[in-house]
Amino acid sequence: MSVSQVRIALRNCGVINPENIKDYIARGGYDAMAKCLFAMSQDEVIDIIKKSGLRGRGGAGFPTGIKWETARRAQSDVKYVLCNADEGDPGAFMDRSVLEGDPHAVLEAMAICGYAIGAREGVIYVRAEYPLAVKRLQIAIEQATELGLFGENILGSGFSFTMRLYFGAGAFVCGEETSLMNSVQGGRGEPRLKPPFPANVGLWNKPTNINNVETYANVPTIIRNGADWYRGFGTEKSPGTKVFAVVGKVNKVGLVEVPMGTTLRDIIEGIAGGIPNGKRFKAAQTGGPSGGCIPAEHLDTPIDYESLIALGSMMGSGGMIVMDEDDCMVGIAKFYLTFTAEESCGKCTPCRVGNMRLLETLTRITDGHGVEEDLTSLENLGATIKDTALCGLGQSSPNPILSTLHYFKDEYLAHVREHRCPAGTCQKLVRYRITDKCVGCTVCARNCPVSCISGDRKQKHSIDQSRCIKCGVCFSKCRFGAIVKG
Amino acid sequence: MINIKINNIETEVPEDSTILEAARGLGIHIPTLCHLDLHDIKMVNKVGTCRVCMVEVEGRRNLLPACSTSVVPNMIVQTNTPKAVRARRTIVELLLSNHPRDCLSCERNLNCELQSLAHEMGIREIHYKGPRLHSEKDTSSYSIIRNSEKCVLCRRCETMCNEVQTVGVYSAIHRGFETVIGTAFDTPMLDTACTFCGQCVSVCPTAALTETDDTRNVWEAIQDPNKFVIAQTAPAVRVALGEAFGMPVGTRVTGKMVAALRRMGFDKVMDTDFAADLTIMEEASELIHRIQHGGKLPMLTSCCPAWVKFIEHQFPELLDIPSSCKSPHEMFGALAKTYLAEKLGVAPEKIVVVSIMPCLAKKFEARREELSSGGAISDVDYVVSTRELGRMIREAGISFNMLPDEDFDDLMGESTGASVIFGTTGGVIEAAIRTAAAWLDKDNPAPTIDFTQLRGSEGIREAVVEVAGLKLNIAIANGLGNARKLLTDIRDGKANYHAIEIMACPMGCVGGGGQPYHGNNIEVLKQRAVSIYAEDKDKPIRRSHENPQIQKIYADYLGEPYGEKAHELLHTHYHVRNII
Repeated sequence: MSVSQVRIALRNCGVINPENIKDYIARGGYDAMAKCLFAMSQDEVIDIIKKSGLRGRGGAGFPTGIKWETARRAQSDVKYVLCNADEGDPGAFMDRSVLEGDPHAVLEAMAICGYAIGAREGVIYVRAEYPLAVKRLQIAIEQATELGLFGENILGSGFSFTMRLYFGAGAFVCGEETSLMNSVQGGRGEPRLKPPFPANVGLWNKPTNINNVETYANVPTIIRNGADWYRGFGTEKSPGTKVFAVVGKVNKVGLVEVPMGTTLRDIIEGIAGGIPNGKRFKAAQTGGPSGGCIPAEHLDTPIDYESLIALGSMMGSGGMIVMDEDDCMVGIAKFYLTFTAEESCGKCTPCRVGNMRLLETLTRITDGHGVEEDLTSLENLGATIKDTALCGLGQSSPNPILSTLHYFKDEYLAHVREHRCPAGTCQKLVRYRITDKCVGCTVCARNCPVSCISGDRKQKHSIDQSRCIKCGVCFSKCRFGAIVKG
Repeated sequence: MINIKINNIETEVPEDSTILEAARGLGIHIPTLCHLDLHDIKMVNKVGTCRVCMVEVEGRRNLLPACSTSVVPNMIVQTNTPKAVRARRTIVELLLSNHPRDCLSCERNLNCELQSLAHEMGIREIHYKGPRLHSEKDTSSYSIIRNSEKCVLCRRCETMCNEVQTVGVYSAIHRGFETVIGTAFDTPMLDTACTFCGQCVSVCPTAALTETDDTRNVWEAIQDPNKFVIAQTAPAVRVALGEAFGMPVGTRVTGKMVAALRRMGFDKVMDTDFAADLTIMEEASELIHRIQHGGKLPMLTSCCPAWVKFIEHQFPELLDIPSSCKSPHEMFGALAKTYLAEKLGVAPEKIVVVSIMPCLAKKFEARREELSSGGAISDVDYVVSTRELGRMIREAGISFNMLPDEDFDDLMGESTGASVIFGTTGGVIEAAIRTAAAWLDKDNPAPTIDFTQLRGSEGIREAVVEVAGLKLNIAIANGLGNARKLLTDIRDGKANYHAIEIMACPMGCVGGGGQPYHGNNIEVLKQRAVSIYAEDKDKPIRRSHENPQIQKIYADYLGEPYGEKAHELLHTHYHVRNII
């Protein structure tokens, strides 16, 4: 494979000592901020970000420059710069790596943003579950402040900017920008109605620019190298690179940073080294709980914001969970829905009640009590929740169901028509059978906790399906591969 | 003004309009549930949580909530596309799938916004089935019952409590499907800073918030041959009870109410208005006393129990400014078990005093230990709201509309116009001024009766009243949020008033938390207030101190107003309470 990674957001991760600001400075750190403060007007800064085509790496892909420009134009004596470091998608750790490996990149970008929009205060909303990130941010803020890179009259430029941390308490919905702001204000983490957008009415009802960690991490290099340089990576509509946390059934699990437009195949089969144990690729789940599952036939799709949405998934913050033939797609949908139903803030009806009803239907199906009408019901209710939920969490929560229903309908049908789980992972649908390979060693019968396996010594044994609790003990104890499940 | 198009009809609407308002202007109905706009009392619940009012807007991928989406120039809205209609139905079905649906035995049967919505949308089947939320009822307080299982999370109670009343008891707690409206740390209502004003109940669309039902206790007392049960009725009840029987808003049903109570079996039917006159005797005396003896000013009225609890929690440092007068129905209760017991020859412990009130806070108030004789015999035994009385009358099989008008019983049944106006904002202070004016201006043969400068519906009002050369600065607040503003000014030394009247509910008792539901229409309260003043005008006597039964009770029993006996029976004290 000829695919190579390009490290822009992760440029310093693993290269510098994140607890020593001099390392960062030695790699050109804070040059961009100084360049902005002394050689660029506010509009010029915004202009270069706009021209770079940088889009929000937190999920929706909104053009960062336009966001900054809106906040700049908003009239107010007080404005804020917020950093969304509430990375909460299961299996995602891109932002964590940046914060732990290169905290100054984010801080520098926030100061640049503050200068551009006219804000004097920055707040990083970081998960309390990231203690190392918190520690390194604290050290970074301290060291930068000591050097006069933050605080009053930075480097004698007349621009002042202070930075503080706010710890998230673990609610997934607080990664939604307006919930995050309510949380910082000491309120319940619940989304606000939009419009008005944060750029006009944000934290403490003041104009606020909010971007996520990875978005900010791109900013200093763009300022330093220019918009054209940045546009040299990625695609026309989605310039630059994207960091993905590739996990699941791949040989090499970890973070990858690739130019936008790289195909899923290049990432999974190339960089991540393919599927282990000779198994077949089944799907890649992107975008976390808000995303969807992309099947093998779309492996060659170049990844960008639009292409993923067209496939019924989304970029999200960059989680990529790879599944093989042993993964049940109904089970996967249920896993994500369990997550979103639990993490719903409960404010709006479709998310609060609708997701619970979706989850119950999925549970019925994976328990073997589903009927074919359930699939229509999932589709209809899923569509309504997408159309009516108040915030991004609810609007995207049916995606895992809708995408799997779309691409893997056969699996759903096997569950509801034959009450069978083709991947063999839905525990209540699994049937263990003893094949002719059985030599009658009696190990299975002796280990069965409910004694539902019978057979004479040296004769083929059999399982009483009506009493089997599907614990799988026989399957794992058999030394002759005589027991199969499915 | 901006131009928009709704269902292909072009219209011009003010810039700050929502789609819902614009549609209503065109006669296009969009169903709503959480939305509530009681502009006059600044109760605007525009949270967009229920998602019932979803409409399609050209160029927008998702449906938008009409109640909370502002119009923009050239917006093209379709309210009845298949997608929008299907979404709205689904939302209502989802709400119903998580609702007990025990309508037949529900307090709000036939008077429930969720039920109406389901009816209006023609829901015949609920396609989404699953377990409902299970949650224990909070019956800890004596006033309000919270049943989260019937809650639709409209958040109206939160807006009312936190933003309008500034009490801050409610917040959404827990997450996802388990989300409920609760108190801080799930504290029982009784232990919170709740004032029991009941305004949350007034705006609750379902039976998630209801009054504590005392009707069973009252029926039992009535049926007990060893009990002597006396009913007393608050002023605001008589201008609202008729609504419970389909009468036009504001119908005065004083006589029918008395007849109904008698038919229900009360041994005596008397009037809290009598006690309101008594309150004026005491309060006016206290005010004059404070003014003439350099006492603490301003003096605050103390007849609203929600407001009293509010100051106990929120401004404990100001507890020396409210009048020490008990609220009228408590004065009545204290006298019923002393003066009346003596006059009627009934043992005090046999007497059961039932207060018919527009109020839920009175239920809590009646349980205050200090409002009893030595903690043994409560001044008031039971409090039933106007709504509960309506239910009891219906239960008793009384055709209310056909009843003749009857008069209150003697001894504590006579009242004046001054006492009637206790039922609306500004009324208590006007009644007090009427008497104070007559007392202070002894040489004036016709002292003023109508102090119209004290009337109105605004949340905070100020007036200067000149009485016998004395300029009295008066302030009036209705609604606890407005009260907070006045109290903050007083605490900070920014206010210079002699007397202040405060009522916790919008428009005063006519808007009480125990009144028939106003159906999200503040005009109902205004109409009730108009009827209160009409009742006042029709009274032959309109100053409290001229009430012959009042004169008699002082002559026979109490002695001097604000005297020793009066202090013992008619005055109280306040407690410092915490805020949780």
